[in-house]
Amino acid sequence: MSAIFILIAASLTIAIGFLIAFIWSVKDGQFEDDYTPSIRMLFDDEIIETTEAINPKPKK
Amino acid sequence: MVYEIINQNGLCTYYDIEKNPGIAQKVKIREGKFAFLDDKAVEAKLVHFSDEKQKHVIFYLPQMHCSSCIWLLENLNKLNAGIVKSQVNFLKKEVSIVYNTSTVSLRKVAELLTTIGYEPHISLHDISNKKIRKYDKKRVYKIGIAGFCFANIMMFSFPEYFGLNSLQEKGLREYFSYLNIFLALPVFFYCASDFFVSSWKSLQQKFLNIDAPIALAIVITFGRSIYEILSQTGAGYLDSMSGIVFFMLLGRFFQNRTYQTLSFDRDYTSYFPLGVTTLNEDGTENQIPISKLKTGQRIKIHSGEIIPADAILFLGKAYIDYSFVTGESIPIEKSIGEIIYAGGKQTAGAIELEVVKEVSQSYLTQLWDNDAFKENAEEKSVSFIHQVSRYFTYALFSLAVVSAIYWQINNSTKTWNAVTSILIVACPCALLLSATFTNGNMLRMLQKFGFYAKNANVIERVASATTLVFDKTGTITQQKEADISYNGALLSKEEEQLIRSLAAQSSHPLSKAIASYVPFSKAMPVKHYHETKGLGSTGIINSLVIKLGSAQYITGKKNSSESDGSLVYVSINEDILGYFLIRNTYRTGLEKIIRQLQSKFKLALISGDNDAERQTLIKYFDNKTDLRFEQKPQDKLDYIKALQQKGEKIIMLGDGLNDAGALKQSDVGIVITDDINNFSPASDAILDGKSFTKFSAILSYCKNQKTIIFGSFIISILYNFVGLYFAVQGSLQPVIAAILMPISSISIVLFTTGMSSLFARKLRS
Repeated sequence: MSAIFILIAASLTIAIGFLIAFIWSVKDGQFEDDYTPSIRMLFDDEIIETTEAINPKPKK
Repeated sequence: MVYEIINQNGLCTYYDIEKNPGIAQKVKIREGKFAFLDDKAVEAKLVHFSDEKQKHVIFYLPQMHCSSCIWLLENLNKLNAGIVKSQVNFLKKEVSIVYNTSTVSLRKVAELLTTIGYEPHISLHDISNKKIRKYDKKRVYKIGIAGFCFANIMMFSFPEYFGLNSLQEKGLREYFSYLNIFLALPVFFYCASDFFVSSWKSLQQKFLNIDAPIALAIVITFGRSIYEILSQTGAGYLDSMSGIVFFMLLGRFFQNRTYQTLSFDRDYTSYFPLGVTTLNEDGTENQIPISKLKTGQRIKIHSGEIIPADAILFLGKAYIDYSFVTGESIPIEKSIGEIIYAGGKQTAGAIELEVVKEVSQSYLTQLWDNDAFKENAEEKSVSFIHQVSRYFTYALFSLAVVSAIYWQINNSTKTWNAVTSILIVACPCALLLSATFTNGNMLRMLQKFGFYAKNANVIERVASATTLVFDKTGTITQQKEADISYNGALLSKEEEQLIRSLAAQSSHPLSKAIASYVPFSKAMPVKHYHETKGLGSTGIINSLVIKLGSAQYITGKKNSSESDGSLVYVSINEDILGYFLIRNTYRTGLEKIIRQLQSKFKLALISGDNDAERQTLIKYFDNKTDLRFEQKPQDKLDYIKALQQKGEKIIMLGDGLNDAGALKQSDVGIVITDDINNFSPASDAILDGKSFTKFSAILSYCKNQKTIIFGSFIISILYNFVGLYFAVQGSLQPVIAAILMPISSISIVLFTTGMSSLFARKLRS
C-alpha cells in the first residue's frame, strides 16, 4: 500500500509534464491558426530534378 | 488572372515549377501605386521584425479564397528569389513574408503580390491599432492550469468520497490532503486572480461589481478548506473551489468568444454606401464606393459633397465648410497644393483632389456620431443599468448573510453550501448584456437591408415616432430615369458645353440630370461658381455668365403655367435661352409603401419644387395629407418645428441637399441615397435607394427592439429566481452554480441575437 505514495508522485509528475507542454504550445502560437496546417499538409513536396532526360518536365 | 500566371509559370498544385526568367505583368499596376512603401517611416510601421539581412512583414490579402491561393502564396520564393519564406494564415487572410532586404524591397513585394492578383490591402490607420486576438493567451493558461488542478484534486479526493475515513492509514489521508492543497494553490493565487483584481478595483471605486460575490465565494471556500485540513477536522472542499474557478473561467472564455463573433467591427465592412467620383488618367470618370478609395487616386468633389479622405487640392476653387468637424460654418478657402482634411464640405464649384490618406470609416462614423445637438438619451438608459447592478450586488450580499445566519442556527451543515451557491448563481447579466447585444445585432441586420443607422439610439427614436415627412425631389422621385427634354432656342455645341460644365459643378439631382443629358466633349473651367440652394446656380465660363435655375431665379417671376415636371431655365449673359423640362419618375413601389406607411404614421410632404405635381401626388397620398410646395430650406425647418411643438415625433426622409436643417431638427432624419456622393452628417440614418420598397418593414422592425430587451429581462429574472430558490435552501451545489452562471449569460446573448434575427426575416420578403 505504501507503493501508492511513489506511484501517485510519479503520475503527477508526468501529468505536470503534459501541462507544461500545453502551456508551451500556446505560448509558441501553435493554436493561432487551426485551419491552414490542415491544407498545407496536403501539398506535395518538390520533385528534385536531376537531368532533363530522366525527369522530363510535364507539360500542361 | 491568377490562372494565366499559374499556367504560364506552370505553378499548378500538382506540377513542378518551371524555370521562369521573368514575370509578365498580368495585372497592370499604376506607376507609383506602392511608392509610399519606399518611405522609411511607412515601412517601419508595417514591418514586424527586421535585422541586417531580412525583414518580416504581414500583409492582409482579402482576395484569398481557396487552397490554390495558399499554395501559390507559400511558393512566392519561386516567383522572386528575394523572398525567403512565406506563410499563410488562411482564416485571417494574412500572409507573413520574410524577405531579403538586399535583393528586394517592401514595395517590390507588394507589387509582386498585386501582379499575381492578390493586392495587399494596406491601411496605415489600422497599423496603430493592434488586431484583436482571437483569444487572450493568459486566459488560456489559466483555464488550462485550473482544469488540470481541478481534475487532479477530484481524483485525489476519491478516497474521501468512497470512505477513506474507515481506513487506519492516517498517513494516506494526510498525503492526499496536502497534495490537494499543493494543487489548489496555483488555482487560488494565479487562476482566480482575475476575480480578485476586478473586485478590488471596484471596491476602490466604492462599489461592488458582479465579480465581488464570486471572489468572496472563492475566498470563503479556500479559507475554510485550509482550516479544515490543517486542523484535521475534515477534508475540505478544494475540489469545489477549483471547480468553481475552472467553470467560471471557462464560461467567461466562451462568453467572450460569443461576444466577439457577434461584435460589430465597422472597419472592414462597407458601412457607408457612399460613392465618390474618381478620375482616370484619360479624364473619364468613375463612381466607386469610398471603401475602395486608395491613396494616390484622383477624385472629383462636386459642390455640396463631403471630402471623404485627406487629399491635396489639384484643380478648382475650394471653399471648405468644416462645420461638421470643428463647428465653424464659415467656409475656408484652400489653395492648390494644400491638404484638405476629411469631413469638410465643398461649397464652391467642383474640385479635383488627390487622395493622400486612406478613407477611415471609423473617423467618418465618429464625425457622424459627434452631433452634440441632440441630447444623448442613450446615456440615461445606461446609467439606469449601472444603478440597478449596484443595488443588485448589495441585495445579494444581504441575502447571503441572512441565509448564513439562518442555516447556522438551524442546520449548520447547509450553511456553507447555501452561502457559496447564492453568491455564485445570481447574475445580473440581462441588464448588462441585452441592450448592447440587441442593439448591435439590430444595427447589423438593418445594415444588411440597406438602412445604415448612426447609432443604436436611432432605433429607439424610430420606434416612438408618430409622423413621417417626405421630401419630394430625389426622395420619392428617382433621378436615374428622369425624362429630360429641352425647349427653347437652338443651342450651339459650344453653348451646350457651357451649360454642361456649369451643371456638372453641382450635386443637385436636376443639375446632375442636365449634366448627363448633354454629352461631354470638353471640360471647361468655371470661375466664380455660386449655387443658391433650391433655386439655381451661376458661373462664369470663358467670360460668359451662365445661369441655370428655377423660373424665379432666372426670369424673376414665378412660373404660372402648369407643367408635369421641373423646369430648369438657362440663360447666357442674361439672355434667357429656354428651359429643360425634367419629368419626374417616382420610385417603384411608391404607392405600396405609402399605403403601408399610412396605417402606421401620419404622412406629410414638403417640397421645394412647384406644385405642378399636386394632382399626381394626391393620387399617391390622399386628400387629407398635407402637401406643401415651393418650400425653401428654412420653411421646411419651420414646418418640422411646428409639428414638434404639437407633440409629434417626426421622421423625415430627404436627400440631404436642401433639407439638412429640417433633417437635423426632426427626431430622426433619414437620407435616401442612390450611390450619390451626398453625405449629410445632419442625418441619423442613410437609406439605400434600392431598399426603398422595404422602408415600411424597416420602420416596423425598429419597434421590435423594446420587445426583445423586455423578453431577455424576463428570462434573466426567471433564471435568478429559480437559481436563488434552490441556492437558499442549500440544495444547489456550488459547482453546479458555477456552471449555470455562464450558461445564463450565453443564453441571454443567444436569445437577443436570435430574436432580432428572427424578426429580421420579415425584411427579407
